[in-house]
Amino acid sequence: MSDSNKILEDITSSEYKWGFVTDIENDSLPKGLSEDTVRFISAKKNEPEWLLEWRLDAFRKWLAMDEPEWSNVKFPKIDFQDIIYYSAPKQKVTLDSLDDIDPELRATFEKLGISLDEQKRMTGVAVDAVIDSVSITTTFKGKLSELGIIFCSMSEAVQEHPELVRKYLGSVVPVTDNYYAALNSAVFSDGSFCYIPKGVRSPMELSTYFRINAANTGQFERTLLIADEGGYVSYLEGCTAPMRDENQLHAAVVELVAMERAEIKYSTVQNWYPGDKNGVGGILNFVTKRGICAGDYAKISWTQVETGSAITWKYPSCILKGDNSIGEFYSVAVTNNYQQADTGTKMIHIGKNTKSRIVSKGISAGKSHNSYRGLVKIMKRAEGARNYSQCDSLLMGDQCGAHTFPYIEVDNNTATVEHEATTSKIGEDQIFYCNQRGIATEKAVALIVNGYCKEVLKQLPMEFAVEAQKLLAISLEGSVG
Amino acid sequence: MLSIKNLHARIEEKEILRGINLEVKAGEVHAIMGPNGSGKSTLASVLAGRSDYEVTSGTVQLNGKDLLDLSPEDRAREGVFLAFQYPIEIPGVSTINFMKTAVNEVREYRGQEPMDAVSFLKLMKEKMKLVEIDESLLKRALNEGFSGGEKKRNEIFQMAMLEPMLAILDETDSGLDIDALRIVANGVNKLKTANNATIVVTHYQRLLDYIVPDFVHVLYKGRIVKSGTKELAMELEEKGYDWIKAEADAQTV
Repeated sequence: MSDSNKILEDITSSEYKWGFVTDIENDSLPKGLSEDTVRFISAKKNEPEWLLEWRLDAFRKWLAMDEPEWSNVKFPKIDFQDIIYYSAPKQKVTLDSLDDIDPELRATFEKLGISLDEQKRMTGVAVDAVIDSVSITTTFKGKLSELGIIFCSMSEAVQEHPELVRKYLGSVVPVTDNYYAALNSAVFSDGSFCYIPKGVRSPMELSTYFRINAANTGQFERTLLIADEGGYVSYLEGCTAPMRDENQLHAAVVELVAMERAEIKYSTVQNWYPGDKNGVGGILNFVTKRGICAGDYAKISWTQVETGSAITWKYPSCILKGDNSIGEFYSVAVTNNYQQADTGTKMIHIGKNTKSRIVSKGISAGKSHNSYRGLVKIMKRAEGARNYSQCDSLLMGDQCGAHTFPYIEVDNNTATVEHEATTSKIGEDQIFYCNQRGIATEKAVALIVNGYCKEVLKQLPMEFAVEAQKLLAISLEGSVG
Repeated sequence: MLSIKNLHARIEEKEILRGINLEVKAGEVHAIMGPNGSGKSTLASVLAGRSDYEVTSGTVQLNGKDLLDLSPEDRAREGVFLAFQYPIEIPGVSTINFMKTAVNEVREYRGQEPMDAVSFLKLMKEKMKLVEIDESLLKRALNEGFSGGEKKRNEIFQMAMLEPMLAILDETDSGLDIDALRIVANGVNKLKTANNATIVVTHYQRLLDYIVPDFVHVLYKGRIVKSGTKELAMELEEKGYDWIKAEADAQTV
């Protein structure tokens, strides 16, 4: 091993800083999955009959499906009977005010840097905090509702706005879309719901913070965002989990619906526990995220910074149905140690003059594997559709892998599709150049990596971008902040 | 200030520096000249601490400190600056951001507080003027898509920002047209004080019309075979290197 590789190895072996466990009493189901599990969850949430039927239908279909094996990741077979499907912190079922939140829970979120105290929040971000299977609280609800914006937990939406939930749930990601989406449809426990009425621009960032706390528990959240005609919302999502030796399953579904001239900007900073240096433990992150630009001139933009999870399997996608609609995907995926990521996007061009843009930046370090997988599909009717894709891979050290699997299907010859890909290593020359200006190697790597990801990071809302930059540095370098 | 004694260095199995001796005092400008492959750039790289080269014997002291004991970043923080022959591109990192990081790293090493944004901007504007560089260039990703002249001018700007004790210019004139050469040389001259020193590594005498050296050394086969004043450079320009090679080869036989 050359000197520079040794340096990289030293500085890429870092510690996970969000790995603490909160000691709270849980109300949990025993391990195992059956129709009864589905019925229990539905009953626990006091759901209407149609939703129970929808879940049961999903469950039956899931039983007949096979786990997908096409992705470029390897992990031990999941025993779906060895997972707890419902776990909720024990506290009063309904909260009269924020003061009623269990102090332990409040402290947990404070520790994660998320204040649930509306008064103290300076940044103007409304937060829905989800721990294990349930949403704990949603801040700023009152202020948002004055504008007609609905922002609440999925369980609450089912009770308060059943007509909206019924209309849109599963409309973008059908129950049988894939194995994990079917499983999620059967057992999803909570998540966030948001509706932006016609012509309303959300005055603040909306955000959901997901935390897995309990052991042996799977997290299956379901998020549904609808922006009606001319509406706008910027939505952020963050996640962490304690350090545990066993793998934990996270199978979420996110559906976005953008009507005519509506815009949804969805940003994720994914920092689930990645497992230890030897690849023990970590979250198995199988997520289905998809948005539809249902109306003309609609726009959906996905931005993701993926640093956590032992396995990441996710492809936030856009169905560009409306004419002149726009889909964007900006991604930074970092893998270190034994992490594996297979991530990318699908851009389905259906409407005329639809545009999509894909910018993917993969960074692999340690013994990890990082794959970009993307599909650009131009349908017959999509006159004048355009796509631009750029997929870059950065390798650190000589024991990691970077892979690119771009798929392009074009059925309309007026379309323009461009694909660019590069693979590079952090050069010794670059590091020496920084050193020669007085910059130590650790900081040099952080500087180079942040520069490499700049195009994606600048898509994130300000406060989030700063966090993401720090996270990148920490994921790769241990002490540099 | 700088004292090099019997310095030997090799890359892999090939010995390139074979006993360099050089004394540089504060306020002086030294030119290192020599034919291709004589070890000029190797000397610059070894002083800056590039790990490709292995020092096999000899000592280098900067103000009494053993330079060879220090990491490349610590050498920089002690005041060694290398203007690269081929400046490196760092995509997505602007020169401003790069310099801000560098200046504060150096300040931290020296026990100084990091510079706030306002003071940094002020310093930057001042230095920009000094080396005649445009702010728009500094906002772009470092050296990415820069012309040869822009890259070299950017090196001199960085030198101005870091105010080194010892500046080593490695073939800074290569790839420059006459106007760019003049601007770069002017910058270097303006940065000269009684307390710092400059080593100019060059193949041609041309640069020395603008940066006038106090001493000229000719490097050949890893040794300084002849030293003199700027007249030596003129002589080389006129007669080429062959007579020096012949002289040196005759001595070693």
